[in-house]
Amino acid sequence: MRTFSWVVEMRGHIIDSLTFPKVLDEILGYGAEYETEEIVIGKTRRDPSYARVRVTASSEETLDKVMSQIGRLGAEAVEERDALLVPAPGDGFFPEGFYATTNYPTRIRNGGRFLDVEDLCMDSGICVSGTENRACCVKMSRVKAGDLIVVGHHGVNVTPPRRDPIRHGLFEFMSSTVSPEKSKERIIREIAAEMRSVKSEKKGKILWVVGPALVHTGARDSFRRIIDAGYVDVVFSGNGMAAHDIEASLFGTSLGVSMAEGKIVPQGHAHHLRAINFIRSQGGIARAVESGRLKDGIMHALVRAGIPFVLAGSIRDDGPLPEVVSDTVEAQRRMRELCKGVSVAVMVASMLHAIATGNLLPATVRTVCVDMNTEMVTKLADRGTHQSLGLVTDAELFLRELAGMLSG
Amino acid sequence: MCPPDYFGIEYEINPWMSRSRPADPVAARLQWESLFDLLRGKLGLSISLLVPEKGAPDLVFTANAGLVRGGIFIPSNFRHPERRGESPIFRRWFEREGYEIRDLPQDLSFEGEGDVLAVGDDLFAGYHIRSDIRTHARIGELLDARVLSVELADPRFYHLDTCFCPLAHDSAVYYPPAFDPYAARVIRAHVPRTVEISAVEALRFACNAVVVERNVVLNTGCGNLKSILLGMGYTVWETDLSEFIKAGGAAKCLMLFLTP
Repeated sequence: MRTFSWVVEMRGHIIDSLTFPKVLDEILGYGAEYETEEIVIGKTRRDPSYARVRVTASSEETLDKVMSQIGRLGAEAVEERDALLVPAPGDGFFPEGFYATTNYPTRIRNGGRFLDVEDLCMDSGICVSGTENRACCVKMSRVKAGDLIVVGHHGVNVTPPRRDPIRHGLFEFMSSTVSPEKSKERIIREIAAEMRSVKSEKKGKILWVVGPALVHTGARDSFRRIIDAGYVDVVFSGNGMAAHDIEASLFGTSLGVSMAEGKIVPQGHAHHLRAINFIRSQGGIARAVESGRLKDGIMHALVRAGIPFVLAGSIRDDGPLPEVVSDTVEAQRRMRELCKGVSVAVMVASMLHAIATGNLLPATVRTVCVDMNTEMVTKLADRGTHQSLGLVTDAELFLRELAGMLSG
Repeated sequence: MCPPDYFGIEYEINPWMSRSRPADPVAARLQWESLFDLLRGKLGLSISLLVPEKGAPDLVFTANAGLVRGGIFIPSNFRHPERRGESPIFRRWFEREGYEIRDLPQDLSFEGEGDVLAVGDDLFAGYHIRSDIRTHARIGELLDARVLSVELADPRFYHLDTCFCPLAHDSAVYYPPAFDPYAARVIRAHVPRTVEISAVEALRFACNAVVVERNVVLNTGCGNLKSILLGMGYTVWETDLSEFIKAGGAAKCLMLFLTP
């Protein structure tokens, strides 16, 4: 059936004045349909809001009636245009005025048709392939001279992710930080259920971002059980976590503290250096696992199961371990690549890598942030993703409980 | 304010006006002067006067000159051509007085303080009959304020100041049937204390009152509202404005706040 549609914009205190719901009511009252393409709600009382709505009717006459009615309510028709594409003047930078992405699902209008922007990532530009008529996010450093980049706002539609109205799972009722008063056991149980559902319904990959505290607190074994149970598809971490994991395998200590007894061991402060040194002498973690010299632990489990990981380097690194990617731009590129297809991200006791990962993920990924520090959890849980859950608790407790539920 | 030297019913642009019910110039002058004396003498306002001009009978209704905030004047764009001749007169006055003039787009009608009234930090703005809702976002930006748009639903109450009157930073008097259901909800949601008036008193322009701190000046014959206001601790001054009601205006319409 042929439909007729037009796009309108409204600006001002359209929420507090109820003029926005009024416009939507008017549209429905005429038997027409609406689709909210973008809505930006003012943060403070004084800030105005903005909404862009597509109105669709089954007849031109109805559409005209609706448009004139809502026009007097402040809904102004916008002229639809294709996105403006400008060739990048050189390698490694965007043309001036480039459109900067959010992590919300985005479409651009090209040749009169809307294209979904692929590889969604915030703080990127949008590149359109001339030959294939496809659009995807591209990071500044990866731009090549001549790449067609979207400039300005025209022809770009952004939609906040819709909540699935059918499911009544954990993410539907919770947002932002979970207060310590809520039952952690129940929440972890629901996280486990979510992960089981993702796996059984083949709804994407589970990404884990982990920090060295996993090793210090004695959570290695629990994480390994989760890996063995098949609930880890990608791991992002750094030199620290891997080094202390290997230190624990080789010396039974982490940062020189005995895992079994919790006491500092003589000369223990150098154990992590010795561990790194040993792996370097073997030509890498994978080689050490193959030769049987590295027998257990998290890195061992990842290599054995063929689970991809990125250990992103930093200026604080000792060594580093050979697998660590010290070129941060390259590390970011590999992380972005591995983010494809991720539908759940779990971030445990890791500040820097968690923030970096948050910047790479689209808003549609459900994230779980676990840390002892409330501010850390709030900061991560409130970043740009709509479907995130924060849990203030000890990494070891969380992983032990979760491992029990997933592998038991 | 503007003296009523040339006030009269010369055209019909609202349901109150009828050329078969002309204004009595002598009575109009007495009523206007009585209001002027109350505002200056009893309410202590210092009043600047515009020089009246022949051919601009509604110039007396200075509330529609535009909106004044700080040193900024946002001029009106009159919906009806009959009043458009007033615009240059008002503009000249504000230019001479050194106000910064900020125009709204010419194709959007806006009738000034008659349609925009402040309750606390919020601006309530009427639309549909005389002012265009599309001016509200711009006014909000210009004045850095939240503008709550309210639709006027009864042609007899064609300006916001005929059916809505702020009292203090958290209270207002209003006539609910003059608004559409959404607007009535918005008013109830954002004005902590509201006083509703009856149809009888609404038709006597009870809402078209001048409020200065604890003083209220309004048309005669609004006994119920007067009692309520007295009960709230206000001092109420009544003055007959029947000649001006023939043109669809009363106390508030006849003055424009320069320092609200």
